[in-house]
Amino acid sequence: MEKLLEVEGLKTEFKRDGGNVMAVAGLDFHINSGEVLGLVGESGCGKSVTSLSIMQLLKGTPGRNAGGSVKFKGTDLLRLSDKEMRRVRGKDLAMIFQEPMTSLNPVLRIGKQLEEPIRLHMGYNKAKAREHAIHMLKLVGIPRAEGVMNDYPHQLSGGMRQRVMIAMAMSCHPQLLIADEPTTALDVTIQAQILDLMKRLKEERSMGMLLITHDLGVVAEMCDRVVVMYAGRVVEEAPVKELFENPQHPYTQGLIRSVPKLRQKVRRLESIPGNVPDLSRMPAGCKFAPRCPHVMPQCLTAEPELLAASGDASRKSRCWLTQETELKGGTGA
Amino acid sequence: MGLLKRPLFFSKEVSSLGRYALQRLLGVIPLLFVVSVLVFMFIHLIPGDPARLVAGKDATLEEINGIREQLGLNDPLWRQYIDYMGNLFKGDLGNSIRSGLPVSDMLASRFMPTIWLTIFSMVWAVIIGVLIGIISAVKRNRWPDHVGMITAISGISVPGFWLGLVLIQVFSVQLGWFPTGGVDSWSSYVLPSLTLGAGIMSMLARFSRTSMLESMREDYIRTGRAKGLHEFVVVGRHALRNSLIQVVTVAGLQFGFLLGGSVMVETVFSIPGLGRLLVDSIAFRDYTVIQAELLLFATEFILINLVVDLLYGVLNPKIRFDSN
Ligand SMILES: Nc1ncnc2c1ncn2[C@@H]1O[C@H](COP(=O)(O)OP(=O)(O)OP(=O)(O)O)[C@@H](O)[C@H]1O
Ligand code: SF4
Ligand SMILES: [Mg+2]
Repeated sequence: MEKLLEVEGLKTEFKRDGGNVMAVAGLDFHINSGEVLGLVGESGCGKSVTSLSIMQLLKGTPGRNAGGSVKFKGTDLLRLSDKEMRRVRGKDLAMIFQEPMTSLNPVLRIGKQLEEPIRLHMGYNKAKAREHAIHMLKLVGIPRAEGVMNDYPHQLSGGMRQRVMIAMAMSCHPQLLIADEPTTALDVTIQAQILDLMKRLKEERSMGMLLITHDLGVVAEMCDRVVVMYAGRVVEEAPVKELFENPQHPYTQGLIRSVPKLRQKVRRLESIPGNVPDLSRMPAGCKFAPRCPHVMPQCLTAEPELLAASGDASRKSRCWLTQETELKGGTGA
Repeated sequence: MGLLKRPLFFSKEVSSLGRYALQRLLGVIPLLFVVSVLVFMFIHLIPGDPARLVAGKDATLEEINGIREQLGLNDPLWRQYIDYMGNLFKGDLGNSIRSGLPVSDMLASRFMPTIWLTIFSMVWAVIIGVLIGIISAVKRNRWPDHVGMITAISGISVPGFWLGLVLIQVFSVQLGWFPTGGVDSWSSYVLPSLTLGAGIMSMLARFSRTSMLESMREDYIRTGRAKGLHEFVVVGRHALRNSLIQVVTVAGLQFGFLLGGSVMVETVFSIPGLGRLLVDSIAFRDYTVIQAELLLFATEFILINLVVDLLYGVLNPKIRFDSN
């Protein structure tokens, strides 16, 4: 399978009073074409910053890229000029955001906002762009699409606005869609509808998707593979089925245990004790050590690397536990 | 676009904008009434006897009493108010105590210079002020921002009459580019309107900078960039449209202060406008003229605010659709 997106050693730094912090600290993962990759982790672990770094939308924040590469079909996006990057954004690489209520401009009509990327990237004239925009609205299941074109965002519900955002993102046939918690802000029933819609569109158009979420239920339903993030790093990577059946990293194990299982009477919801470490006060060794039930002396001094598990190249984990057994196995032979 | 769009007259947006306009318009009527009563009472509280002024220094008590009767000054205040307002609706504002000319004619001949002065001042203040604000916001904390904000601060801290005198000295006396005063040609308005607009320009520059910085932080700006839009479009279309709603409101509210400032500027530049007339009338205690001028200023102020409200409604879709 061809690699659509390949992120290597990505680092994103934020300027803060009293020293900069690394919100994304050397991230490695890839997305194959036509694949849905889930990016999961607790709040603040750097999921949104990762997506903004890929899209290079850090402008206006104190953040900046501090190294690594983001190759999209072989081209390193971080090396592109502003102008070249603008040609990729909204066309090959599209994004929908966590906040449907505020992501549309309140003083411009929906139609105008939808037509913008279409006219820009597809070179359509006004009439043709409008026609295409209406087609997109129908595609994402918006009733009376023509009428909605003349509406302003505040006249639409949250779910409708997110549909509009999806229509906008999909309008120029992107090869990769980055969806940053696209349903978090919506009602449960609407969430299901939006996820169904995204799944359908993804299949119809065989596009790749980076789905950011902290909802493992969404991951199970939507994703092919999963990358688990902790403190700006990848701690585990696995195909979705394997991840749920046999999580290797203690953090992933904790995450999965903390999900209430359907039909199973939950006595007590287990959650991972402790908090995500502050970016400016990171522990020296494994970043998860302060919360890890399996912590060992070496975890406190040296950080493990993200390595493939023995015999299965599709799985990777950043933990001394898995790597030590491998080491032991090696000496035993 | 054209065919698919609903006919304008039936669209809900026009009807609710109309409703909003009507609401504001009706709200203005009681306001005008209250203001006219206040002005009327205020004038009659000023010490001094108009009848004595009209009659002149050497008049006898009898003559003064006669004039008082003739002016209706012996009637109760409410009666005088009703008479005055009744005449006002017929276009009769009485005669000037000083010159004996009809006040309405005097105001009419002084009206246009003041109007032009205020309009020119406002136009350049808005254009330059908003431009400085945008550039400062986009180039925040870099040299264009610093230059812009220094300009803005000096515009606000320099006293208007001093700025006027300096402009006259440099551009009229030394360089001879513009006349020193009067309203003989359009170029006569350049220096006065620069003087009058400076304060508002400064205020708008700072306000629109703040407002643009706020808009630039909004999520929809990120959406615009994510679409691949040029930064120019992101700023000019997405951020500015939102900031303009606030800027227009603030600019409109400042309009009233221009009316006040025009008094000073008209004096410095010898412009035969309403402001000068007011100053002269106050010096002479020309009650009828003062009263008419105050009413006129107050009415203008209220009407300008009305226009601002309406403009706000046109610019802000939330009001356009949701008023009830
Ligand atoms: N604009 C910003 N300025 C300063 N720091 C920021 C900014 N945006 C993010 N960060 C820092 O980067 C870290 C990661 O934030 P990010 O928004 O990527 O988390 P997230 O994983 O998306 O969380 P959530 O699930 O809550 O959306 C945070 O700890 C935050 O302190
Ligand atoms: S490296 Fe050590 S502390 Fe970190 S997750 Fe593995 S066992 Fe826990
Ligand atoms: Mg986030």
